[in-house]
Amino acid sequence: MENIVIPAINLAVIAPEVILSLFALALLLINVFVKSESKAYLGYLSIGGIIVSLFSAVSGWGCPAEAFSGTVVQDNFAIFFKVVFLISAAMSILITDKYLERENCNHGEIYPLILFSTVGMMFMASGTDMMTIFLGLELLSVSLYVLAGFNRNSIKSNESGLKYFLLGSFSTGFLVYGMALTYGATGTTKLAKIASYVAQTGMNSSNLLLLVGMLMMATGFAFKIAAAPFHMWTPDVYEGAPTPVTAFMSVGPKAAGFAAFLRVFIVALPALKPEWTWLLWGLAVLTMTVGNITALYQQNIKRMLAYSSIAHAGYVLVGFTAGNAVGTAGILFYMLSYAFMNIGAFAIIILVGKKGEENNNVSDYAGFGYKHPMLGVAMCIFLFSLAGIPPAAGFIGKFYLFSGAIQAGYIWLAVIGVLNSAASVYYYLRVMVFMYFKDPTEEFSWVKLTPAFALCLIIAVAGVMIPGVLPGVFLELAQKALFM
Amino acid sequence: MLSVNSYLYLSAILFVIGMIGVLTRRNAIVIFMCIELMLNSVNLSFIAFSKYLGNMDGQIFVLFILAVAAAEAAVGLALMISFYKNRETIDVEDMNLLKW
Repeated sequence: MENIVIPAINLAVIAPEVILSLFALALLLINVFVKSESKAYLGYLSIGGIIVSLFSAVSGWGCPAEAFSGTVVQDNFAIFFKVVFLISAAMSILITDKYLERENCNHGEIYPLILFSTVGMMFMASGTDMMTIFLGLELLSVSLYVLAGFNRNSIKSNESGLKYFLLGSFSTGFLVYGMALTYGATGTTKLAKIASYVAQTGMNSSNLLLLVGMLMMATGFAFKIAAAPFHMWTPDVYEGAPTPVTAFMSVGPKAAGFAAFLRVFIVALPALKPEWTWLLWGLAVLTMTVGNITALYQQNIKRMLAYSSIAHAGYVLVGFTAGNAVGTAGILFYMLSYAFMNIGAFAIIILVGKKGEENNNVSDYAGFGYKHPMLGVAMCIFLFSLAGIPPAAGFIGKFYLFSGAIQAGYIWLAVIGVLNSAASVYYYLRVMVFMYFKDPTEEFSWVKLTPAFALCLIIAVAGVMIPGVLPGVFLELAQKALFM
Repeated sequence: MLSVNSYLYLSAILFVIGMIGVLTRRNAIVIFMCIELMLNSVNLSFIAFSKYLGNMDGQIFVLFILAVAAAEAAVGLALMISFYKNRETIDVEDMNLLKW
């Protein structure tokens, strides 16, 4: 047995995570000791914490460093993803307070829980050891189980939380078993050492331990990013969870899943690239097709966006399959713009709902575009971007993902992706048809835009339009963030 | 002295038993017990590998998995209680409000 060496501690590398955790712990205490009817102040405090953490994360851009004997790194890839997580957490918090007040479930614990799950995501993006990635994933998941079931009095929310918990921990079992087998095959849990051991011994897919380990880990990650055939939980959980949580859940964990998926497969398992490329090819095609076709039949807009988020995971898998610089930079760009457009769309869904009635059917949007012209235009921008119509950011992102696939020689994959993207226009446009071409049956008098909502929508519209009009700047950032 | 393979076979069998349990049982608590069985079979694999390779990493991983499983149990049982309070059942067949 080797001796255990106490590693050099370099807290500066994990400063953004530490700051956010301290804020979350402080908020838990403040929530207990300050008696106040409104919990909005906790939301603003947590946004303060997110901004501090954001500055601390961005200050590390361009200065790679590692800590805790190489289990956590600070590189541009991790920082790019941390910015995506922090932005999506801040935007979800902006739309949380009013929703909770409306649904009579105004408990302040939701803010610390969102912060804790953001910390988990950040560790998933910066972890370079299977242990850190596993712990990050569990911190993220355990907080999200609670968030999905946060509205204790709503039967749907209970059911959503319980379903997410049972299926989520089931998939964790696969992930850790995969990690155990990979550890057994290579004798280390560090990603870089796995790669060098595999290269040294010339191991390939004929090593059954490594191959099964890779497949099991892929299953675990595919569950987190909601790729078909591991997507069954997504629509149920998204529909039942409180809408701000759904907005957060559809963006953050998906991006975190992709960050860890990319790092584990590209850094640790390049030797198995021929095998996992075909695996991802199949996953991408299946995910895009299942997501889009099922979304066509949805009447409930939250379920429709859930299936659309499955389809978007498929588009991102196209870039992952390509595995080249264009495709991978496309993934980063796409996750950033997806955060803005999806949270923006969910913000409007919250506004259209009222107490007791979520108004989630597509037909509830009849005439909405006339009653609230500004909100209608914002919703159109988000839907156009999700459908991939220029000049929105969604178009540019898809363009890079598919051109990455063509450059790498996966012409058919790109063709299937484009066809799927064309089919998806139908269900996004259907919402717009209801908004503009159907006579209003409702007055929409309950829709009140608060400053926090307005801010969230302005950020979302800016985040969709600016990268869409000036893609060069953002793509350059994404390319600098690659670790290949 | 058993070889490392015996432990790995045992662990794989336990993992499959847990998996089948999750897929066939109807009571949420029994499903959760099966998930715990899966996680513990992974722990067994880690310890067997750790002993065989003479490397401590696997045993440290096991400690983390145990801690995480405890946290999951706390959250999962709480979710089951709140579901039971509203529906007076924890049968997964009754989780049928959300479907298309």
